[in-house]
Amino acid sequence: MHRGKGMKFVGDSRVPVNRKPNIPKDYSEYPGKTEAFWPNFLLKEWLVGSVFLIGYLILTVAHPSPLERQADPTDTGYIPLPDWYFLFLYQLLKYEFASGPYNVIGAIIIPGLAFGALLLAPFLDKGPERRPFKRPLPTAFMLLALASMIFLTWESVVNHDWEAAKAQGEIREEAQFDTEAEGYKIYSEASCIGCHGNAFEGGLGPSLATTDKTAEEIMEIAKNGVGTMPAGTFKGTDEELKELATFIDELTP
Amino acid sequence: MLNKIYDWVDERLDITPIWRDIADHEVPEHVNPAHHFSAFVYCFGGLTFFITVIQILSGMFLTMYYTPDIENAWKSVYYLQNEVAFGEIVRGMHHWGASLVIVMIFLHTLRVFFTGSYKKPRELNWVVGVLILGVMLGLGFTGYLLPWDMKALFATKVGIEIAASVPFVGGAIKTLLAGDETILGAQTLTRFFAIHVFFLPAALLGLLAAHFIMIRKQGISGPL
Repeated sequence: MHRGKGMKFVGDSRVPVNRKPNIPKDYSEYPGKTEAFWPNFLLKEWLVGSVFLIGYLILTVAHPSPLERQADPTDTGYIPLPDWYFLFLYQLLKYEFASGPYNVIGAIIIPGLAFGALLLAPFLDKGPERRPFKRPLPTAFMLLALASMIFLTWESVVNHDWEAAKAQGEIREEAQFDTEAEGYKIYSEASCIGCHGNAFEGGLGPSLATTDKTAEEIMEIAKNGVGTMPAGTFKGTDEELKELATFIDELTP
Repeated sequence: MLNKIYDWVDERLDITPIWRDIADHEVPEHVNPAHHFSAFVYCFGGLTFFITVIQILSGMFLTMYYTPDIENAWKSVYYLQNEVAFGEIVRGMHHWGASLVIVMIFLHTLRVFFTGSYKKPRELNWVVGVLILGVMLGLGFTGYLLPWDMKALFATKVGIEIAASVPFVGGAIKTLLAGDETILGAQTLTRFFAIHVFFLPAALLGLLAAHFIMIRKQGISGPL
């Protein structure tokens, strides 16, 4: 490094005039098959990254991210579940020694001790040995923690009713309407209600609350059927059908 | 042309040493999967960072549609998911990335633990790494509420009750997170949004910088 008198700078700045050559360091004297990060290793790293990204995108396209219906704080029957990586903590709170009066043990003390031990691992395990089998205690504690996390997650998954969980969160668009209306009386007395739901939200058949079909189209379908809906399901008179179709047409979710 | 631009900037700012410091460092044989396939375990940290970058980018695009208020939050997510071109993909990447980043950071933690790489002189880097893990879990917890659907609301209720059960300061933590002593509602959603989008990412970026500067300074731990 150049120091002392005779240094030249660019203008009045502190940047020296003499340029440093932009050439990679020479790693040939380093032990083993050491290589330069740039560009040799970075190219390989990009390959790993691309393969990973392809898998990631396939997952994204194959499984659209879930969205349940809008939060309704009055629905007290809803059974909550955290995201999968918190399931083990959630499961821990279901055991007698960690819930009710002992809640603080399951909610704070056990997770706190585990996280604290992880944070302070270098200060708890100070020996010079690095190989896992030469430091049996840290290795054993970590394996024990791993085993309990896997076990608790497993217990949580098998004890959860996933079918019911899916049903309780489903997006249902119920229509706003007057249950005393003539149209609704016809709807509930005919067989429509069985497949299209009590509030036109759909079931076996599609939702009528959100349909953008006109009254004429609805009358047409009720008479002649569509898709899996057979023809002639509506047994009433033409006047009743007209009343019903107009009613459905005017529904707003 | 590019060389001339580089030289022009270099003459004025002397960027070559900075650039060489960032790009030019050795990759020892024992961490290079091209030489020992089992060295793929050393990729987990890099992949964690890769997903983190994707999370930041996809999250930036999500905020172009998302509205953090209880009337419109769910509707904006529904619209994004069903109407916006590629909205389903962007939200899907953010959703699955949130899980993948936890998987990768967990595997990275295990790799560092079982190779004993946290030992002297790398204790501080381990502590910073565990703090990053904590921030990641915090991002997962706060992000879960934002779509404002059933599972979001009720899971957050449970989460906040757990936070409230901390002795002595539980009530204060609950009020800080939820914005109210009892209600979990509009205030909670804006708080979680702010924490998820500003506070935790700021902490994350600072910690990541510290993590990377330390590893560059100390070099990667030697072979076992």
